[in-house]
Amino acid sequence: MDYYLSVATFAALNAILALGLNLISGFCGQVSLGHAAFYGLGAYAAALCAVAGAPIWLSIPVGMLVAGVFGVITGFAALRVREDFLAIVTMGVGFLFLGVVRKQQWLGAEMGIARIPSPLDKWGYALLSIGAAIALLLLSLHIRRSWMGRAFGAVAQDEDAARSVGIDVAGYKITAFLLGTAAAGLAGGIYAHMTQLIVPDAFNFVQSVTILAMVVVGGIGSSWGVVAGAVLLTLMPEMFRFINDYKLLVYGGLLLVVMRFSPGGLAGLVFRLTGRRLA
Amino acid sequence: MMMLEGEALAISFGGVRAVAGVSLAVAPGELVGLIGPNGAGKTTLLRLLTGVLTPDTGRVRFEGRDVTRMPIHRRAQLGFALTHQIVRPFRDMTLLENVMVAAALEVTVHPWRALATVDARAARERSMALLERLGIADAADKSARSVPLGYLKRMQVARALALRPRLLMLDEPLAGLNYTEAARFADLIVELNEGGITIVLVEHNLGEVTRISQRLVVLHNGEVLAKGAPGPVMQRGDVREAYLGTSADAEAAHA
Ligand SMILES: Nc1ncnc2c1ncn2[C@@H]1O[C@H](COP(=O)(O)OP(=O)(O)OP(=O)(O)O)[C@@H](O)[C@H]1O
Ligand SMILES: [Mg+2]
Repeated sequence: MDYYLSVATFAALNAILALGLNLISGFCGQVSLGHAAFYGLGAYAAALCAVAGAPIWLSIPVGMLVAGVFGVITGFAALRVREDFLAIVTMGVGFLFLGVVRKQQWLGAEMGIARIPSPLDKWGYALLSIGAAIALLLLSLHIRRSWMGRAFGAVAQDEDAARSVGIDVAGYKITAFLLGTAAAGLAGGIYAHMTQLIVPDAFNFVQSVTILAMVVVGGIGSSWGVVAGAVLLTLMPEMFRFINDYKLLVYGGLLLVVMRFSPGGLAGLVFRLTGRRLA
Repeated sequence: MMMLEGEALAISFGGVRAVAGVSLAVAPGELVGLIGPNGAGKTTLLRLLTGVLTPDTGRVRFEGRDVTRMPIHRRAQLGFALTHQIVRPFRDMTLLENVMVAAALEVTVHPWRALATVDARAARERSMALLERLGIADAADKSARSVPLGYLKRMQVARALALRPRLLMLDEPLAGLNYTEAARFADLIVELNEGGITIVLVEHNLGEVTRISQRLVVLHNGEVLAKGAPGPVMQRGDVREAYLGTSADAEAAHA
């Protein structure tokens, strides 16, 4: 039972990460190859708070806030670079985060942070993460239907045209980064409390590629698809243990295959089979 | 008060003085044509006026207010709209949705207000009316990818009109249209102007632009060569020479 609970919890955390990245890349069209850094920022911030004695209802929001603030800073950087260069900038943010964390004694350096207080039991974390994933799914579905979703779409499709219809392109990009990275911080905070031990490598480039693969496999832009992608890619390494050793290879390859043969991912497949578009 | 004023606008690219100190003023209600031979600096001047480019020197005023450094989306919010020379539709939207995005300006102006608003009925109705006005309502639900250029050009104007602009800048609106389409489109521009919108257009179709403009501004080598009523301006020797280049010499040789 414990095993299934922890798999379910990780699937939910991955869904939160993937939905967050989907807000940035799927809705607003901004590539990010460094999403794991914000996951890590949330985890480290929440862990530090908890170790200092803060209760979980405070440490997790602090994690979201810290991740969101750095997300906004990254968003400002994104305004200054062309689309293809943004991939490199966000990848750089990921390496910068790791580089800094690995060297800081007060962050535990390579050893990470241990003995993080864990006030909930397995059921508690499962319910918390599944609840948070459902809330974020509902928020994503709402955004898609709202004028924010339409404005995101305009920004993603043609920035100049968006400007000429009065859309504050910079403001919307930053909003997307804020929402998406705060979501990653939420996942990080839950993760830190649950595992009680965080190390830099949990938030490395492979993790960023894994999150991106969930989004692309599920169908970039589709909230339901992205959740399905997250669940699928959480279960895969559980069923085929060898994947854990070749994650970058398997997920990188999967990314390329999906982009080449079914750019719409699972959501695109559903559309082709049933004619129904997944929101 | 003038609707639009450019004061001593200048910009260089590398060593090229694309616009070299141009001043012009457009009064409310005017329909002004901006013409000149290839490379004269028309597109660059329009970009300076609309905010796509920031001038090296000089300033731009919209209804008396200095907008030289104001971003395009803020100008659009104030009632200063533009269309792009190369059509720029939102490709994954239908024609109707393209116009709706502009029609919802009061909502999209603030991301958090946009997040709180789902209702699209008002924007849809107004956008549909604009598509009808431009004669493309039959393609309202067609993807912007699948309609011909003439539809996209009209959609762009509908999209700009959805902003309820007082000033509309059109960059070569007639380019790529056939003879009858161009004439009909030019009539529509006049109609919009008569409806109260001040219009500035860059246009290479001299026949139509002299027919519909109340006033012409001729650019040459980045400077204003002539301005005034279309008839007299087109009769001027220096204007003809600028357009015809060496053919003035050819005429002399012929005589
Ligand atoms: N971004 C740029 N970089 C370098 N040079 C430029 C740039 N934009 C314009 N120019 C130069 O500035 C001059 C004016 O160009 P502009 O496009 O404004 O002319 P135009 O009057 O619109 O010409 P056309 O009728 O051919 O469209 C030209 O010599 C052009 O080569
Ligand atoms: Mg031009």
